[in-house]
Amino acid sequence: MPAADEGALWTSLSAAGRLPDRALWGAEASVTLGDLVHGSSLAGRLDELRGRSVLIATTDQLTAALALIELDGVARRLVLCPPDLPVDDLPFVVATAEIDALVSDRPAPAALPGVPLAVPCRASLAPATCERTGRHPTEWILLTSGTSGRPKMVVHQLVSLAGAIRNAGPLSRAGVWSTFYDIRRYGGLQIFLRALLGGGSMVLSSARESTSDFLTRAGAHGVTHISGTPSHWRRALMSPSARRIAPQYVRLSGEIADQSILDHLRACYPGAGIAHAFASTEAGVAFDVGDGLAGFPASLIDRRGGDVEMKIEEGSLRIRSTRTAARYLGDHQPALADRDGFVDTGDVVERRGDRYHFVGRRGGIINVGGLKVHPEEVEAVINGHPHVRMSRVRTRKNPITGALVVADVVLNGGGEPADGRVAEIEREILRRCREALPRHKVPTVLNVVSVLPMAESGKLVRRDA
Amino acid sequence: MSVKVEIVTQFEEVAKQQEKTLAPLSDELVLLDSGLDSLCLAIVVARLEDKLGIDPFTADDAEFPVTLGDFIRVYEDARR
Repeated sequence: MPAADEGALWTSLSAAGRLPDRALWGAEASVTLGDLVHGSSLAGRLDELRGRSVLIATTDQLTAALALIELDGVARRLVLCPPDLPVDDLPFVVATAEIDALVSDRPAPAALPGVPLAVPCRASLAPATCERTGRHPTEWILLTSGTSGRPKMVVHQLVSLAGAIRNAGPLSRAGVWSTFYDIRRYGGLQIFLRALLGGGSMVLSSARESTSDFLTRAGAHGVTHISGTPSHWRRALMSPSARRIAPQYVRLSGEIADQSILDHLRACYPGAGIAHAFASTEAGVAFDVGDGLAGFPASLIDRRGGDVEMKIEEGSLRIRSTRTAARYLGDHQPALADRDGFVDTGDVVERRGDRYHFVGRRGGIINVGGLKVHPEEVEAVINGHPHVRMSRVRTRKNPITGALVVADVVLNGGGEPADGRVAEIEREILRRCREALPRHKVPTVLNVVSVLPMAESGKLVRRDA
Repeated sequence: MSVKVEIVTQFEEVAKQQEKTLAPLSDELVLLDSGLDSLCLAIVVARLEDKLGIDPFTADDAEFPVTLGDFIRVYEDARR
């Protein structure tokens, strides 16, 4: 298996061989890697993008995948625009990443102010022979949710993203990979790179496709390795098509995998190895657990040497590894790691016997089906209502999505105004939230309360971990 | 109110609140074809916990319902 640092993505995936037999299957179109030898998704205009900072803003995962394959080693920087990035955040992303080219699959992409070049990206390849050898150690920028409401932009390179793949052993064997994730998020990108660097193919999911149709399609392509969050898997198990796939390997990441979901997957896919992984966009992939039990062995902690070192400080898991992101992009950003190179994941763990279990997040971060919500960004929207004095956004456990967002709100005047008015204010607050926030961040319940618990520090008590 | 009526009410209310088009409800309806996505179903389960005082899906041996009929049965069984 080729080491990713020997060259750009195209060079490395080519070294795994069998290009004509390997495919990327989207919901609406597909491309074999062999097609890319003399074809280009970028209309053969790769040279125009050389050395540039490129925003990959496609509607489809397949076109994003093709652009990544063609541009690694060629562009200076690739910014992967996640599917739900609010349009209002685009100017911030463009400025912070110094974007000077846009790659889009829209028929007539709207011009982005300050971006001089736009190149179309199509799954129907144009005949072109492109020089894709690595000249640039391309930066890959992944976006994650930030406290301020602005996305945090996390800087990786192919070598850090692929760090967990090189030593993946039997997992790296050629196969048909798939994931419920979008490949423009860290969890999905890992699977995409595993498929490409390990000599396999991949079935890409689509937001426009039902769970049932996706499972049927993945099954038809003979999927062997498939990943998703516990919430993705709960949804899959609620589908009549759950048994349309017969994978050898089932992977969970992005949320706490409880014993119930692990047991259900074992029952549904008795022939599959079932592993849950811990990874974050910032810290990279830390470990896989394959023994079918929730939590992870305590022996993984404080082990010296190796690719990944983990320790627990102030209750939360800290990780130092070659797979850790380099930094956050932009001025005045907090350091991503401490002085010793450890990233604080913010995930609080508790030891029970010889295993550690994840019990929640410090700082009250809420994980709704694998998507992070910072309470502060929701509180900021709620507090903008003229009748709100203060609010606290917290998590509520849920068996379908792991967690839901709940808000406690104190209105001006402390006590409750007349009943009819409270209901009206609640509706107004929720309307504001729906207008300003993605769906998963909108509180599902809003409680009007007379007082919120404060710590002696004067800070709101956040007691979710 | 019967469990079934409460469940149907919550499906309808959450669909309206989340601006989803609800499929005609029947016992045979596959939940994932109901027009409600995972987030909507999560909200339904949370609201039912508030209304009925039970969350049958949190138990370790809880099953994953495929149809609306399965879903209602899980709640009816939990109430017994």
